Amino acid sequence: MKNLTFRFLLVLLVVQTLAHSQSKGMVFIEGSRYIPLYGRDSTVVEVKNFEMDIYPVTNLEYLNFLKENPKWQKSNILKLFSDKSYLANWNSNLELKPTENLNSPATYISWYAAKAYCECQGKRLPTVDEWEYAAMADETTRDARVKPSFNKKILAWYEAPHSNEDTIGLHPKNVWGVYDLHGLVWEWTLDFNSVLITGESRKDVDKDSNLFCGSASLNATDLMNYAAFMRYAIRGSLKAKYAMKNLGFRCVKPVKN
Amino acid sequence: MRPSNLLLSLTFLSTLLLTSCFKSKEQEYENTADIPVSREMIAELTSPPNVPTPVGRRKAKKLIVKMEILEKEGEMTDGVKYMYWTFGGTVPGSFIRTRVGDEVEFHLQNHPDNKLPHNIDMHAVTGPGGGAESSFVAPGHEKTFSFKTLNPGLYVYHCATAPVGMHIANGMYGLILVEPEGGLPPVDKEYYIMQGDFYTKGANGERGLQPFDMQKAVDEKADYVVFNGKVGALTGDNALTAKVGETVRLFVGNGGPGLVSSFHVIGEIFDRVHVEGGDLINENVQTTLIPAGGAAMMEFKVEVPGTFILVDHSIFRAFNKGALGMLKVEGEKNKTLYSGEIRDDIYLPEGPGIQNMPTTDEIIASEIPAKSFEEQMEFGKQAYMQTCFACHQGEGQGIPHAFPPLAKSDYLNADVDRAIGIVLHGKTGEITVNGETYNSVMTRQMLSSDEIANVLTYVYNSWGNSKKVVTKEMVDKVKNSK
Repeated sequence: MKNLTFRFLLVLLVVQTLAHSQSKGMVFIEGSRYIPLYGRDSTVVEVKNFEMDIYPVTNLEYLNFLKENPKWQKSNILKLFSDKSYLANWNSNLELKPTENLNSPATYISWYAAKAYCECQGKRLPTVDEWEYAAMADETTRDARVKPSFNKKILAWYEAPHSNEDTIGLHPKNVWGVYDLHGLVWEWTLDFNSVLITGESRKDVDKDSNLFCGSASLNATDLMNYAAFMRYAIRGSLKAKYAMKNLGFRCVKPVKN
Repeated sequence: MRPSNLLLSLTFLSTLLLTSCFKSKEQEYENTADIPVSREMIAELTSPPNVPTPVGRRKAKKLIVKMEILEKEGEMTDGVKYMYWTFGGTVPGSFIRTRVGDEVEFHLQNHPDNKLPHNIDMHAVTGPGGGAESSFVAPGHEKTFSFKTLNPGLYVYHCATAPVGMHIANGMYGLILVEPEGGLPPVDKEYYIMQGDFYTKGANGERGLQPFDMQKAVDEKADYVVFNGKVGALTGDNALTAKVGETVRLFVGNGGPGLVSSFHVIGEIFDRVHVEGGDLINENVQTTLIPAGGAAMMEFKVEVPGTFILVDHSIFRAFNKGALGMLKVEGEKNKTLYSGEIRDDIYLPEGPGIQNMPTTDEIIASEIPAKSFEEQMEFGKQAYMQTCFACHQGEGQGIPHAFPPLAKSDYLNADVDRAIGIVLHGKTGEITVNGETYNSVMTRQMLSSDEIANVLTYVYNSWGNSKKVVTKEMVDKVKNSK
């Protein structure tokens, strides 16, 4: 009998680990319901369990992808899928410029290319909701948005130049075990253009009465609004074929519950 | 048609023909939107305090403006760095000069190194967002839109990307002038000045690269209020200049984001002010109010030589936060208009005594002590320029009969402890320096022991002095001996 219980427990344990077995280079992020700051409708959204890349995709990883998928190389990519800046920091199809670091985040990459990269790995780009959910954690809490110091740090990064030249993993990981969501580069999201920002931010405020009320009633959260505003502004300014110096990406994978 | 009516219309017709004959050269348009444009022209853009050539009598044109956005580090004041976001690489941004009826084709270029998207809202634009909606541009891209200048006046432009306040607080503003048909009346000198308030993590004067402080900005507690983006942009060698008898026109804007400017030139009266940059002209004005996101044009004839100080007359901003500029006027004195000092008598109704600055008695020690002689000299120079320069002057030469020299000073070199004591506690009464007698007041200085050591080391190792090195310990010894 004792033996049986033990076996049963063992099986349970195996099942448990299997269910949460993590893909290489990714961490598990437990989904939840939360209110994004400035989402499609600024109401509660539900994020399901998913896994997220620990680091943004690096130049080295992207180089390997290019070797296997020549059609995404600099000289082969379709004009429809990129602009002139695509891989502007590469000398040729498979050679980075000497000033660049293989361990830096891959940038100058269009949304199409980022999406294709993730799909090749059996993953996909994170949605805005998923990205914002993972990125609201600091080193100790899952939702650090109310901490002024957290938001100040993020705002300070938005002002610091040339951070895309840094290598990955220099900042402390957050409570999920994810590095560099803040402090290195902007990151592509699957539905980056679903937030309708007209470029006239004051008008956006008027248009979205939820947001307006939200920001007016939550006085203490001015700072966190500002940090998020800037992310939504950069997303709003993008088109899928843009490739930019300060814009990289990472992938996620949904987890079956 | 009845005959009388016919006669009337005939008269009317002939009058019309006659007037149109007279008007053949200068046709006037009731509606500025109807002014036709001829030919293209690349707009001349200038960085402050300069302005482009006046439009004069030129016809309305298609005017091409290319403006590049740069996020770049600059110096707020000696030793204090700041990450500015700029239109055209300067704060305020490049001056744009147009005339009414121009069709402006505006190219907004966001440099690839920049981190953020930006746009431009020009108050001279009639259209949604003042162009903001059409100019929202990601780093590494260029947006083009065009507009017709319908109303003459002096207008502010600024970035309107979320968070708007932060983009403005970091320096994203400038002026665009729309001159009336035929241009503004000619003057001898024209200058471009813009006030702005800055909010830094560290207090005023704290060294190093200072990040923007959102909370202070929300509270509107500015650490710096400056003309043209930094402390001293219009003082010393950067001062504006004019000659006696010239008429000066100032284009003054206020970028904000938070504060309203009470613009005043000490020792001058504005002959004419285009109130709020519009058509209304007020005459004989001492101080004119410039709202955040607003501008004014003022003209005055300079009658006597001297240095005229430009200030925001919310006066602590001028003397403690940087809102101070200079206009140096050269030429013949006119004793009838201004005599200069006639006599200097002693007047001491309350008895002599050392004046104290209001103080909390708490001087926060500099958080970065100097590690070497070179650093002591560097930090000392910064402290000197912030604290001592106003009286003892840039080369330690002082001002004759008022402030004793520090250069080759026998009084200074004779006794280092006495010098430390004077910086710590202030000094009043008669002293003799290099054979000259001085009788004035120096207040005690709000400097930490480290800073006093640095500034005195700088003074002792400059301008032919005895090359002593003053340490914090020496300062503390004098401090504690009292």
